[in-house]
Amino acid sequence: MNKQLLLGAEAIALGALDAGISGVYAYPGTPSTEITEYIQKKSGGREQPVRSAWSSNEKTAYEAALGMSYAGKRTLVCMKHVGLNVAADAFINSAITGVNGGLVVAVADDPSMHSSQNEQDSRVYGKFAMVPVLEPASQQELYDASRYAFDLSESVQLPVLLRLTTRLAHSRAGVKSAATRLQNPLNALYAPERFVLMPHNARRQYNNLLGMQDRLEELSEHSSLNRLIPGSGKMGVLAFGIAFNYVMEVRQACGLDFPLLKIGHYPLPRKQIEAFFNTCETILVAEEGYPVYEELLRGYFGLQNGKQIKGRLDGTLPRAGELNADSVAHALGVTKKEVLAVPSIMVNRPPELCKGCGHRDLYEALNTVMSSCKEQHVFSDIGCYTLGALAPYNAIHTCVDMGASITMAKGAADAGLRPAVAVIGDSTFTHSGMTGLLDAINDHSPLTVIIADNDTTAMTGGQNSSANGSKLQAICLGLGVDEAHLRTIIPLKSHLAENIDALRQEINWDGVSVVIAVRECIETAARKKRNPSANV
Amino acid sequence: MQINIILAGVGGQGILTIAAVIDLAALQSGLIVRQAEVHGMSQRGGAVQSHLRIADQEIYSDLIAEGTANLILSVEPLEALRYLPFLASEGRIVTSTDLFINMEGYPAMEHIHAELNRTNRPVLVSAAELARKAGHPRTSNMVMLGAAAPFTGLASQELEASIEKLFRAKGDEIVAMNIRAFRTGKALSQPQASNT
Repeated sequence: MNKQLLLGAEAIALGALDAGISGVYAYPGTPSTEITEYIQKKSGGREQPVRSAWSSNEKTAYEAALGMSYAGKRTLVCMKHVGLNVAADAFINSAITGVNGGLVVAVADDPSMHSSQNEQDSRVYGKFAMVPVLEPASQQELYDASRYAFDLSESVQLPVLLRLTTRLAHSRAGVKSAATRLQNPLNALYAPERFVLMPHNARRQYNNLLGMQDRLEELSEHSSLNRLIPGSGKMGVLAFGIAFNYVMEVRQACGLDFPLLKIGHYPLPRKQIEAFFNTCETILVAEEGYPVYEELLRGYFGLQNGKQIKGRLDGTLPRAGELNADSVAHALGVTKKEVLAVPSIMVNRPPELCKGCGHRDLYEALNTVMSSCKEQHVFSDIGCYTLGALAPYNAIHTCVDMGASITMAKGAADAGLRPAVAVIGDSTFTHSGMTGLLDAINDHSPLTVIIADNDTTAMTGGQNSSANGSKLQAICLGLGVDEAHLRTIIPLKSHLAENIDALRQEINWDGVSVVIAVRECIETAARKKRNPSANV
Repeated sequence: MQINIILAGVGGQGILTIAAVIDLAALQSGLIVRQAEVHGMSQRGGAVQSHLRIADQEIYSDLIAEGTANLILSVEPLEALRYLPFLASEGRIVTSTDLFINMEGYPAMEHIHAELNRTNRPVLVSAAELARKAGHPRTSNMVMLGAAAPFTGLASQELEASIEKLFRAKGDEIVAMNIRAFRTGKALSQPQASNT
């Protein structure tokens, strides 16, 4: 079969389609979004349908995937690294219940925080849940591993975590694919002794999971994702995931010949590593992400069995941020050649809200209202509107995690802060904002929630959001928002005066109020105009 | 053979369309391609870049190492300078001279010119003006691709075939306009490439 040029994210998607998944579940999040988008685009042309609509959040996505697996079918669930925090409860406990149809969770980490609030390493979650983790190093390996992960999941009856990072997710390379496997038939598993996690079952299931660990390690010993590249000398490199690419790049470019053990399948293949260590005196541990295994290999007190271990913890590699060929070359002692400097006239070019975006008009109105308040704090959230934190608006003052705007405003209101104002998008509100609003209503915490409803999940490229317009109103009323304090405004320049009035009235009111600012994202609107069949 | 190209611009300027043409042409030429791009927050008017690598043997790193880019192709002059540490000593900059100012403190054009001229014979292109002459201002990216073509190691026929393939769905007229833009850019830079 011919090679096709695919993003790493797309290679996972194609691998999953070819492995015979019956559904994908996901909430959009950079750098994982393109996995699901690819399946949405391609599943239509396939013989067997694959369900692929967006979920409200990562937890609902994960649980639905577990349900599909329970019913006997293969399913993929995708998220960014911080999304796994949201889905963690379901993820960890699905390792206790185990699975039926193959269940693969593809998690895209974002070292260097290109589009995220932290660079947490999902391999820690894999270890925490005690499930197999695959960490391929190339787009082809991603495709192959994605297919293999479903077989692995079914053979060990556990979810499999497929970890990738931004660089691989958003880099294209030629990928060869293989024939599509048929989907599993419906085959729901009646096994309350596994799936009812009351303590007596949970203890037994947990013991089973512990008992599985040797077998999982044995599978790692024979995985093609873990392999030795022989060489000479007493210095060896243990390269995890994509770090392998940078090490190979330097090895090839500089004509080096050190031995190299590539790791891409966890739990670690203990025998292979032991054999490798026996041939080396010094080992450089190169991991993309946290020094998870470097710490383990060093031992807590730095006891290294006579070996010198180098890596992120001793500064041989930088402690934070993604690796690259330059940082790896430095770690390998390659002398850096002179390169041109960035000229001193250079200035940063930060991202900004699009010209003509409704959020601009919303912030203009909000800033006018807040400027007359003694306390000027606006709690906000994750989406395009987060760009309101930057100049010229500087309109929002927090952005922590999905939904935190409402709940942080609530806590601040409970502490006595007046006014307490939250700005949240339509998609973020349905992701994790609704429950916080219910808390505020039940607790009579005076706050104003502004829902910036642009009818889409804009920052990640315009995916359908779970609720907008009248549905958002109905949700707020259903949660108990007083109808008199549920307002709708249209954030347009021509409405500025009336928007300021509406916001001022609600912000000054001593109770729970919601202002929904309704105006479609200009990017989404333009896309719909260009391609009327899309996004319906 | 190995060619490392940094594509630079501002989010929304369409450098990924340029990348897509080069990717396709390289793949059609039987070469190996790795192309890393930026998605997410910086696509909203921030600085964006793509690392594009073409070779006839296995490529390991998706990222280009410092001092090894053969070409910086930028659709905005200040953005070309942002990636100077990546440029190889014999590497070339091909950049549009059309400014995109959406932030405070944008440097004076003469300073940008001075910095560009410190590099190895930069190719400066009035992309918007040439695109208008070719038929439509929106073809300026294909003008830039044309100007960069002699430095990509790819045959112009392959690049033109890729343009045709990528724009085919939009009709013959759009294809012809983009090919015209490509050739306009190439005519400008060809003399500057011949004596490398």
